[in-house]
Amino acid sequence: MNSVTVRTLLVLGMLAGLAASVLALVFAYLVGEGPVNAAIAFEEANSHEHGGEELVSRSLQSTAGLATGILVFGIAIGGIATLAFCFALGRIGQFGARATAALTALAGFLLVYLVPILKYPANPPAAGNPDTIGERTILFLLMIVLSVLLGIAALLLGRRLAPAWGNWNASIGAGVAFVAVVAMAMTVLPSGDAPPKGFPAADLWEFRLASIGVQAVLWSAFGLLFGFMAERLLEPRPARGRVPTLAA
Amino acid sequence: MAQSTAAPTTQTVTPLSLRALAPWAVFFGVLMLVLLYFVGAEQGATAVIAGGGVHKWVHDARHLLGFPCH
Ligand SMILES: [Zn+2]
Repeated sequence: MNSVTVRTLLVLGMLAGLAASVLALVFAYLVGEGPVNAAIAFEEANSHEHGGEELVSRSLQSTAGLATGILVFGIAIGGIATLAFCFALGRIGQFGARATAALTALAGFLLVYLVPILKYPANPPAAGNPDTIGERTILFLLMIVLSVLLGIAALLLGRRLAPAWGNWNASIGAGVAFVAVVAMAMTVLPSGDAPPKGFPAADLWEFRLASIGVQAVLWSAFGLLFGFMAERLLEPRPARGRVPTLAA
Repeated sequence: MAQSTAAPTTQTVTPLSLRALAPWAVFFGVLMLVLLYFVGAEQGATAVIAGGGVHKWVHDARHLLGFPCH
């Protein structure tokens, strides 16, 4: 019974992730491609060696390629967030399915994306040094793992403090502890690469804002959609929110 | 049945059993992480497929999703 529920939730979660990533894709195409193209124009104007034949053309990269990456990312995030939801349901307090889904998505956006990129922000093409890709990948991954672990630690701390402090104060205490430890970790970790000399600051900011937007659309749409689906599955109520009407 | 729709705070939310969750979490957890790896890092820091086709194909998504690229 429980196992079947988990399987159904996973299917729904990946579908919700896919649907959310379609919205994120629209946002990425409309808002994100401009700054990407501006960065590539800067790159081409400033590179001495010209590559010549591209492996994948720009028009494919910015459409089918962009879609593949974002949709696969959405499905994967949907699956992982659903597993986190299955664990969190009924274990983080008395939240129903819809609220648990919203909280899981919010935690995912903060811990997997927003906190890590405060230290290692998204970079447009040409802003990173190809020789340091190994180091940058490890640091970014480390930042994500750290942020997720500290988030879980803060949750446990909050649950411990709650009986004595009350839910509100316990949440504030856990949140402050999380911010303090994350800030300390950020000052200790090495800085990311600086963009190349002359790279337009406005393009950099627009690109980073677009990246935040893509992830925000993805996670919030996922949280709302999946919450709606999970509530219907887990808390079926025949006439939920519906006013009975006579058939005409 | 005769459940009141106005009292969701009084009913307790039953957690899903960890024993039912564990096999799904292991299998799908790994599968989803593999997908994330191909979108986010393949043919960057490391590569399991030769060449640069995967990297080039998901290139714009990789940048916009915040992964380190070039
Ligand atoms: Zn790149």
